[in-house]
Amino acid sequence: MTGDFSSGDIVLCTYGRNPRKGTYITSRDGHAVVKLESGYNVGVPVSCLSLVSRPEIVELPEITISQDESLSALSIVSTGGTIASRIDYRTGAVTSQFDAADILRAIPRLQTIGYYRARKLTTILSENMTLAIWQQLAEAVYEEIRGGASGVIVTHGTDTMAYSAAALSFMLDTPVPVIFVGSQRSADRPSSDNTMNALCSASAAASDLGEVAVVMHASTNDDVCAIHRGTRVRKMHTSRRDAFRSIGTLPVGSVTYPSLSVNLEPCAVRRGSCEPGLSKNLEERCALMTFFPGMSPASVEAFSGYAGLVLSGTGLGHVSTILIPAIRKLIEEGTLVVMTSQCLHGRVCDRVYDTGRDLLKAGVIEGEDMLPETALVKLMWVLGNEKDPECAERLMRSNLKGEYTGRSTNGL
Amino acid sequence: MDYENLGLKAGIEIHQQMNTREKLFCHCPTVLRKFDERSGEFFRYLRATESELGEIDEAAKEEMKQERQFCYYAYDTTCLVEYDEEPPAPLNPEALEICCTIARTLSMTPIGQVHTMRKLVIDGSNTSGFQRTALVAMDGVLPNGGSIETICLEEEAAQRVEGDTFSLDRLGIPLVEITTSPCMKTPEEVREIAAYLGMVLRSTGRVKRGLGTIRQDVNISIRDGARVEIKGVQELDLIAEVVKREALRQENLLSIRDQLRDRGASVVEEPVDVTGIFGTTKSSILKRASRILAVRLPGFAGLVGREIQPGRRLGSEFSDYARKCGVGGIFHTDELPAYGIAAGEVAELRAHLSAGDNECIILVAADPGKARCAAQQVVIRAGWALRGVPEETRKMLEEGSTAYMRPLPGAARMYPETDVVPVTITSDWFDSLPLPELLTEKRDRFVQNLHLDPALASQLVSSEQVFLFERMVAAGISPALAARTLLSTLKELSRAGTDVSHITDQEILDILSAVELGEAAKEAIPAILGMVSSGASVAEAIQECAPAISREELRAIVKKIVESRSDFITERGKGALGPLMGVVMDEVRGSVDGKLVSEVLRQEIAAHVKEKEIHPV
Repeated sequence: MTGDFSSGDIVLCTYGRNPRKGTYITSRDGHAVVKLESGYNVGVPVSCLSLVSRPEIVELPEITISQDESLSALSIVSTGGTIASRIDYRTGAVTSQFDAADILRAIPRLQTIGYYRARKLTTILSENMTLAIWQQLAEAVYEEIRGGASGVIVTHGTDTMAYSAAALSFMLDTPVPVIFVGSQRSADRPSSDNTMNALCSASAAASDLGEVAVVMHASTNDDVCAIHRGTRVRKMHTSRRDAFRSIGTLPVGSVTYPSLSVNLEPCAVRRGSCEPGLSKNLEERCALMTFFPGMSPASVEAFSGYAGLVLSGTGLGHVSTILIPAIRKLIEEGTLVVMTSQCLHGRVCDRVYDTGRDLLKAGVIEGEDMLPETALVKLMWVLGNEKDPECAERLMRSNLKGEYTGRSTNGL
Repeated sequence: MDYENLGLKAGIEIHQQMNTREKLFCHCPTVLRKFDERSGEFFRYLRATESELGEIDEAAKEEMKQERQFCYYAYDTTCLVEYDEEPPAPLNPEALEICCTIARTLSMTPIGQVHTMRKLVIDGSNTSGFQRTALVAMDGVLPNGGSIETICLEEEAAQRVEGDTFSLDRLGIPLVEITTSPCMKTPEEVREIAAYLGMVLRSTGRVKRGLGTIRQDVNISIRDGARVEIKGVQELDLIAEVVKREALRQENLLSIRDQLRDRGASVVEEPVDVTGIFGTTKSSILKRASRILAVRLPGFAGLVGREIQPGRRLGSEFSDYARKCGVGGIFHTDELPAYGIAAGEVAELRAHLSAGDNECIILVAADPGKARCAAQQVVIRAGWALRGVPEETRKMLEEGSTAYMRPLPGAARMYPETDVVPVTITSDWFDSLPLPELLTEKRDRFVQNLHLDPALASQLVSSEQVFLFERMVAAGISPALAARTLLSTLKELSRAGTDVSHITDQEILDILSAVELGEAAKEAIPAILGMVSSGASVAEAIQECAPAISREELRAIVKKIVESRSDFITERGKGALGPLMGVVMDEVRGSVDGKLVSEVLRQEIAAHVKEKEIHPV
């Protein structure tokens, strides 16, 4: 018999001198992948397999989770990501398949921190995030807060977590902590940062904080998680545990591990500072463009008809002089153009050099010390909720959720 | 011992480090460092994860009994891959090629598509909590008619500095793991097969040499016993002793089991709190503990203290199990009163428990949590004593006895390494790999073709220098000179305190080539090597130790010496040759080969003698 095996079939593999029993796993690039009794997977020609038996599929035993109702009511809203992922036999890669209840099963100590309600919103890899899902997420978190949650934990893939945290920062007024958490090492490995990040995020969600934040490892050690403001955080490394950094400001707090004690800085917004609110409109016709030397004016012209454009310029906030007419035209046609810096650290100032002054004359708004990605999300939100261009411009020039500070107090 | 009668079955796993340029899954060099060269430290926790089938490996569960914080040393020769901060690079093709070359030498069948797996190891020796490993080929042949089951390519674990601190320099060095079937029936056979496989590995010339670069694990069972894996036998000479002692241990455990059954022995599963009895004890361990628990073993008296292999008793096994909970060990009544525990206390304990004379009582002392955990472990191990031999992974102690490490790991510890793409091995490529000449064949060829003494040839092929030796012979250097330099001269220099480790192969080759060309004398080799070791170039060293002297200049020097010692020559005649050789050699300071000096000196002495006969004074 060839072909037609299903995952889990017990097969006899006649490869090499001695036949061996194994479990059929999948087919990959023309080879049948078989798990031998030793646990090793091997890729062999499917023609050397024969079916021994097809075991019945055994459901994993349900483990009932007992919860202490006297603890803080916390909600877990899961969107996917490596904090809750498992191998996919089809592709052999890690994908997100767990729901929030699985997280409690995997990390029992969470039950000493709160009393959880779990809600699975979606199971996407975070690079597939959309504006529509941001809106669903904001709505779900808002409902949880309205429903009495004293803190909300959002599990999220790390790639676009900072964008989502910024989006919820603008869309939500929250009197309770809304904590984004993920992991940089998949949850299926013993060294995963998911356990510590999840425990620290739950502790932050039960703390006195009252804003949207990201809680992730502060260093390569398993000792402290940083609490980053949702509008000031950026993923600064492709793979390290401590990839998330507050830019231009210090984290608003920290959680030490394994003691799980939470420390909030004076600047952190405290619990109960506002009433719950939701304004979830977003303008889709917005974009972020990174300037580079030699960029053609056609690149700018491509954004004709957009409601808003964030430029990530060089240094103090510059693009080459030859782009200025195209930018002026864009603004005249009604696009709101905001300048940020690809330096990430520091403040935009277009009043120092001629190019900058010309940009200001053309009508470009200085994004001050906003991160380019935060400025984009803010622009989407502002234009989604404010139709008057002057009011929109004023909002872009104001600090709404800590994204925009008047004083540069922190260096690199 | 009659091993056939005992039903001894043994197999081995050999782990050999490869001498590749880069590590298996990153581009770091495969060099070991001194701990004080570290550039940083960090620390982590590990925890057991489920396999893709939803199971947790038994061995991993055991390691999880204590939460441990692991500290790691980092170096400028390690990177984010070793720190578990970056996904692995693709499988090192050089390592795969060496592994396949070995597989082909052992007549194995390569796997068409090689899948890298994660083998769960959460003792801290891997930052990731797993060791990456890939099955590369199957079904090889051994000289005893037995078979090799598999050959795998694995990453080396981090080296333990002490306790829970590890050094990352070694982590990721490619290892080849060869697993035989349980096809060996005597301890001596195990040693022979291990030696054979080691020879095959070294024949490639591409494996690391020296202490710790090769380790053997031995799998042993006897009839009615159980499979026990003994980890990390580094010295080949101990391997037979390890097998002997394990066979003995299993035999003794079976004999204890039979006696326990005859006595109707049993294990009382619920431990008893006896903290109160030791309120005024002089034992510092008991005094410190907040909880003392007694495990009751009716029928075990006398057998817990019975030796099962040199230096090890059944009680030692109980103690190993208990230590997994973080306690220092146990006390058992077979060895009491002792260790500060008074006879009166033992009597009170027995009375309190109404224990009979045939009952052995085990005491564990710690905080309540640890004591409970340790008592449960003792109950588990004592239960095994009634059934026979538990399947275990054990570690070797000095001299060849062993101690319990953890349960045998199962297939549940294997998980696909999702970050590494499978590699295809085509049969065309595999079949085109050149087979190395085995060191045993090399030795025979050295004897036959190069006319080396058989003992010297054996010494050469077992030395790390054999491949350099062959390069030298190919470059026209006489085999005897090459062998002497590599096997004796360098060793003697090293013994005399010269650091020869900085002398490169090419430098040695250049020096010997100069000697063969007559540019320096053989006698000057140690002096030249000495200078090169302290930083001089080969040319400088030859110039300094052996300035060029022409044949005419030599003859003039010899003549002068002969004339100045005319009386001595007259007295001794040809017999003056030997003593005068040293004088001339001193004068020419190693610039001329001794053979040439001897030839010229002989001629000049003869001429001098002849002249004296014609013109006597």
